[in-house]
Amino acid sequence: MLTALVFAPTAVALLLFALPRRTAPQVFRTVWVLTSALELALVIALWAGYEADGGMQYEERARWIPSAGVGYHVGVDGLSLPLLALTSLLFLACALYSLREDRRIRDFAALFLFLQTTCLGLFAALDLILFFVFFDLSIVAMYFVIAGWGHRQAGRAALKFFLYTFIGSLALLLGFIGLYLAASPHTFDMVELTEQNPLAGRSVYGALVLLAVVVGLAVKTPTVPFHTWLPPAHVEAPAAGSAILAGVLLKMGTYGFVRLAMPMLPEVWRRYALVLVVVGVISVLHGALVALAQTDFKRMVAYTSVNHMGYIVLAVGAAAATADSSEQARSLAVTGAVTQMVSHGLLTGALFLLAGVLYERGRTYDMTAYSGVAAVAPAFAAMTGVAAFASLGLPGFSGFIAEFQIFTGSLGPRPLATALSVLGILLTAGLFLRALRQVFTGPLRLPDAPGTPRAFPDIRAHESLAIVPLLALAVVLGVAPRFLLDVIEPASRSVLELLAR
Amino acid sequence: MTEMNENPLDLLPEVLLAASAVLGLLLGSWLPRARQWIVGWLAAVACLAGIVAASVAAAEPALTAFGEAFSVDAVTSTSRIVVLGGTLIILGVSFRPLKGDPRETEFYVLVQLAALGALMMAGAQDLLLLAAGYLLASIPAYTLAGFRKDGPGTEAALKFYVIGALLGVLMLTGITILYATGRGTAYPMLGEVFRDAPEALVAAGTTGLLAGVLFKAGGVPAHFWVPDAVQGSSPPVAALLTTIPKIGALAALFRLGDVVLADSTLPWPALIAVLAAASMTLGNLGAFFQQDVKRLLAYSTISQVGYLLMPIAVAGRADLAQQALLFYLAAYAVTNLGAFAVVCALPRAHTLDDYRGLARERPLLAASLVVCLLGLVGTPPTSVFLGKLEAFSAAFDGGYAWLVVVAAANTVASLFYYLRWIVPAVSRGGSSGPSEGDRAARVVAYAATFASLGLGIAGGPVLDVLTAPITR
Repeated sequence: MLTALVFAPTAVALLLFALPRRTAPQVFRTVWVLTSALELALVIALWAGYEADGGMQYEERARWIPSAGVGYHVGVDGLSLPLLALTSLLFLACALYSLREDRRIRDFAALFLFLQTTCLGLFAALDLILFFVFFDLSIVAMYFVIAGWGHRQAGRAALKFFLYTFIGSLALLLGFIGLYLAASPHTFDMVELTEQNPLAGRSVYGALVLLAVVVGLAVKTPTVPFHTWLPPAHVEAPAAGSAILAGVLLKMGTYGFVRLAMPMLPEVWRRYALVLVVVGVISVLHGALVALAQTDFKRMVAYTSVNHMGYIVLAVGAAAATADSSEQARSLAVTGAVTQMVSHGLLTGALFLLAGVLYERGRTYDMTAYSGVAAVAPAFAAMTGVAAFASLGLPGFSGFIAEFQIFTGSLGPRPLATALSVLGILLTAGLFLRALRQVFTGPLRLPDAPGTPRAFPDIRAHESLAIVPLLALAVVLGVAPRFLLDVIEPASRSVLELLAR
Repeated sequence: MTEMNENPLDLLPEVLLAASAVLGLLLGSWLPRARQWIVGWLAAVACLAGIVAASVAAAEPALTAFGEAFSVDAVTSTSRIVVLGGTLIILGVSFRPLKGDPRETEFYVLVQLAALGALMMAGAQDLLLLAAGYLLASIPAYTLAGFRKDGPGTEAALKFYVIGALLGVLMLTGITILYATGRGTAYPMLGEVFRDAPEALVAAGTTGLLAGVLFKAGGVPAHFWVPDAVQGSSPPVAALLTTIPKIGALAALFRLGDVVLADSTLPWPALIAVLAAASMTLGNLGAFFQQDVKRLLAYSTISQVGYLLMPIAVAGRADLAQQALLFYLAAYAVTNLGAFAVVCALPRAHTLDDYRGLARERPLLAASLVVCLLGLVGTPPTSVFLGKLEAFSAAFDGGYAWLVVVAAANTVASLFYYLRWIVPAVSRGGSSGPSEGDRAARVVAYAATFASLGLGIAGGPVLDVLTAPITR
């Protein structure tokens, strides 16, 4: 079941290449949308059959390269299930959003379907090498998306993205090899490594392995100071690519923290958690402050991603403090971190798609070129408003639930850091309000570069079909988050148990 | 040792190749020019039969033939299969461009002799046999480098020959010194003696020996011939020069390290580790801003030798070393040959810019190129990734974590120049020139790409086979 879920998109992608080149573009788009919808249905079925307290479920194992300690092992638990669901939903949104895309649609659809396989596979992987394979392939696929369909400077941005995240992935690989050699018998299996806790009592070795793993994940997340690849990659990528990059690929980093680093390296994680707290706070504040200085809408959203990822890093760092804080508070921090991954995926995905809508009309992301857009595109303005307010953490939206839990959980163990991070919310509120005022209010003014369509048509059906469900789900999560928290909470408790060893 | 094993059947793949080379030469003298292709087919049949014979031999326990001079174990068997398979690929890409060439037969014979030399180096358990293998692998290669008799080819052959002759003499000197020190040339015996031999003598002898072996492997500091020889010769020859002798040389080096020098008074692992680091770094630096695809690949092979030296550095110290080296050798050979097959398939494209628009006109060929180049970087799930993983693990396990970090950094750096080639190949526009070309080479490129991916995805059983112990 899980294997089918993971590999079905790639199979369809290969099928697309089997179709004759002259096939109408409509066929490719329809197949793409149908496949993504089917994937989402499959994930919903998985969720329906998932038992909240059941630990790892839907496990599948196969021998792959036994002499190298590598196996094919996939499974789902409360950490990965929400991310699988998020991935499927975002890919469906991107498929719908791209219904009007006509630049080499076959290659575009095939790349996205392949990318979907790598993302789903990564979240389902229970073997370090399998994880790494998907991690690396996601970079390759995203590189081609940015380089092939991006804007003017896409080549450079894509190269920077590839080189940067590839460094991260190799650091990660070094860490994995360190874990592999420390385990006896040597294995890359995550479940076995978690049980063995092979680096217990080996402080220097453990610290080096943790360093490699954390650097690898931090580049992908990204946290300060490894975030510099993110803004150019986002600005130059096509809208659907940005949505996936921010919505799903960034989560690979944070997911790695809770899936790999915390359970497999508990001792050293606890020792160096303070570093992560500091890095988290700096990311929160730096991301927010730099976002405040942007006039480019997409670049601004990109920097708020750094800010939002900072909350997650803060939470996973704070959760490691054992003394003077209750188990419940720390569990809240981890749950908040996972919720934030989902929430950020939905909202940033929506924001980047909206940025794509803006660009498609005005051919620029420069906010100072627009004014009074709400008058001609009220629905677009409303959606952007909702996404922006949700993203800054207004109660009633998913962002609030996530950030509230993170702050509540972290305040006990790390009061100063948490207090500083709350400033981040203030800053993001300021920058989103400023952006909304600039673009949507005032007298109507549109960029009039040559080749620009004069009118600014309101949001189209396929665009709202992509964006509205994301925002609706953000509202549902903000109002009735229990169905998600019920899945996450047992998993985050077990992460903490593993961390306390 | 009670009785000397002199059964030539133990050397069946080598014997087949030699016989086919001699027979080919004779046939070539009598065949009309239009039918000289028969010699090529004969060579291919010899390679196939050799692969079968080597696989059969691989299933049997390890043994030594001809007075412990030649060893038939996992290292030899793997090298045989890889060398013969690589030779098949090279025959496949050279079939078309050589058709009707006045010296068609000579080409096939020389290719077979070069491959035979590599096989002898891989199996040699005796310094004198190693020297003979070196000469056998080198002399046909010199001729092949200048086979086209044009300006660049002549320059390539001359440079190749002068450096090869110089380092070959150094190698013979080194062997003489080692012979004097150990009073013998058989590896197992030398391994015993070198445990407490005078360090200066062993060091001097080993340095000379290394010069020759590294020349064949194309590793730093004996790498200067590689870019010129590869750029100057025709694409099929370039593919041969960068693959076949390397396999023999690296297998020989592994054997030397594991049996003779690992326990000697020499700091062998540290020496090889430094050479590995230098090789991967200098190769990468050289490749950075190359415009000519063959030259770029030439530098890339120098850096690949660096990664291949990692398991050799920890030979005898890490359990994984042997399977890491052998798997990486196979993976490297098939992936590198795949990349060269793409070059062969587009004989008119010389620079990176000539590849612009390839994806539009030949999507499959472009896909092969992308897979092979990303494979050389070590992107999963290609076979080089698995090889690198094993090599990294082995080096880490053997206590060379710094080398692993250097290798990882170099891997990232190498991505840059491979991308400089990939980007034009997959981007739009450009002249419509490059697409016409050699169909056989295209098929070979697809096959090599497929093999590279397949070996990576289904590498488990292969790795299992490679762990059989080496003869001592």
